[in-house]
Amino acid sequence: MALEITISTGNPRPIYRQVAEQIGKAIRLGHLAEGDALPSVRALAEQLLINPNTVARAYSELSKDGVIISKQGKGFFAGKRRMIFTAEERERRLAQAIESVVSESLMMDVSADDLLRRIEKHLKSHPPSHE
Amino acid sequence: MIYFVESKNISNPTLPAMNENAIEINSLTRYFGTKCAVNQLSLQIPKGSIFGLLGRNGAGKTTTIRILMGLMSPTRGSARVLDYDCQSLPPEARERIGYLAEGHHIYGWMTLRECGKFQSSFFRKWNSDIFHSILNHFRLDERAKAGNLSRGQRAGLCLALTLAPEPELLVLDDPALGLDPVARRSLLESMLYVTRKDNRTILFSSHLLSDVERVADRIAVVHQGVLRADCPVETFCDHIRQYVIRYNGTAPDISTLPGLLHSFRTDKEISVTCVKDDALKAALEKLPGEIIEVPLGLEDAFVSYVGERGEKSFFLENTKHQEATR
Repeated sequence: MALEITISTGNPRPIYRQVAEQIGKAIRLGHLAEGDALPSVRALAEQLLINPNTVARAYSELSKDGVIISKQGKGFFAGKRRMIFTAEERERRLAQAIESVVSESLMMDVSADDLLRRIEKHLKSHPPSHE
Repeated sequence: MIYFVESKNISNPTLPAMNENAIEINSLTRYFGTKCAVNQLSLQIPKGSIFGLLGRNGAGKTTTIRILMGLMSPTRGSARVLDYDCQSLPPEARERIGYLAEGHHIYGWMTLRECGKFQSSFFRKWNSDIFHSILNHFRLDERAKAGNLSRGQRAGLCLALTLAPEPELLVLDDPALGLDPVARRSLLESMLYVTRKDNRTILFSSHLLSDVERVADRIAVVHQGVLRADCPVETFCDHIRQYVIRYNGTAPDISTLPGLLHSFRTDKEISVTCVKDDALKAALEKLPGEIIEVPLGLEDAFVSYVGERGEKSFFLENTKHQEATR
């Protein structure tokens, strides 16, 4: 599946981070499988109409986090899904995400049943895990 | 007075080292009568970079570029372009420079083919494939009269004329002026295409900050002839922050905040835009109430940085920043 990345300018999030986040997401969602080649820095820069150094920076951050793997002379490849976070980090992030959903819902008087139904529905709309 | 100048040694192993400069400007100053258009401007543009020159109308961008191209002499100071003094650029240097003047000037009585032929006679190197492919890109017919072209088409022709000699250094003075979104995209594509070869340098001025954000490695911000920033886009955005201060009762006194650029007050909130540094952090900590930090994109950061303070800003007399700009 083609890598679809949209760049939004005028955004407080720097462009390199937008690129890194969207590649990370594509790997987490299974749109890029482990070992899939990523476009070259130059090719992605020309496709997205952004400075090649920006793409290089996004790739280098992703490699540092282990999301993608750099192979000398061959380019960049998608890494394993979920090797991204340690168990504690995963727990921390999940707790944070749940806290945010629950507190927002309570503030808007969404009932517990409603909330659970919505979460189930949302889960179904995502592709099943590949593992 | 320059707020942020960041080191140019970008340590990225995948890219060629950028230690040499294509352009070096030293204390450049130019007066028109008693008006100072460029004031003590010093700037280095590393080889291989795409460098955006930003500033409001009348900030001194075009004057700087015209001096660099040897079309105007500085009142004081100097500049070197491709290692030559800009006041005595020999033809060998000029043929390595592609200069697109502001406003896309062309000889209207020539056909596009004649324009190409005329321009090519000034250069030993002329890549007619590039010339034709850019004309095609802009859907231009070589038999057409240059004078009958629309503004965007004229920009396409000028771009083709500028890029065909495959210049090492490209100097574009507001190339996007008057272009529609599609033509602007073609312009950005051309700029990225040019830098496919190593050590090609582009200096461009623009008001379209979304384009600048996309392609520039570094930016320089000039305000009233004075260089006010020289750094990567992100550094610039990182240093300009908006803070929303929520308070109860009387409004806290923010007039003494260091680096205050802009502020807006409502009933229970004051939003201030400031240059973020340690002094500011210390000052913010002393303010009562809840403070929320809001990051800004390039456009908002730029407008706050060089915009005039209009009706929306109050009580900005005697701030440190204002003294600094005078």
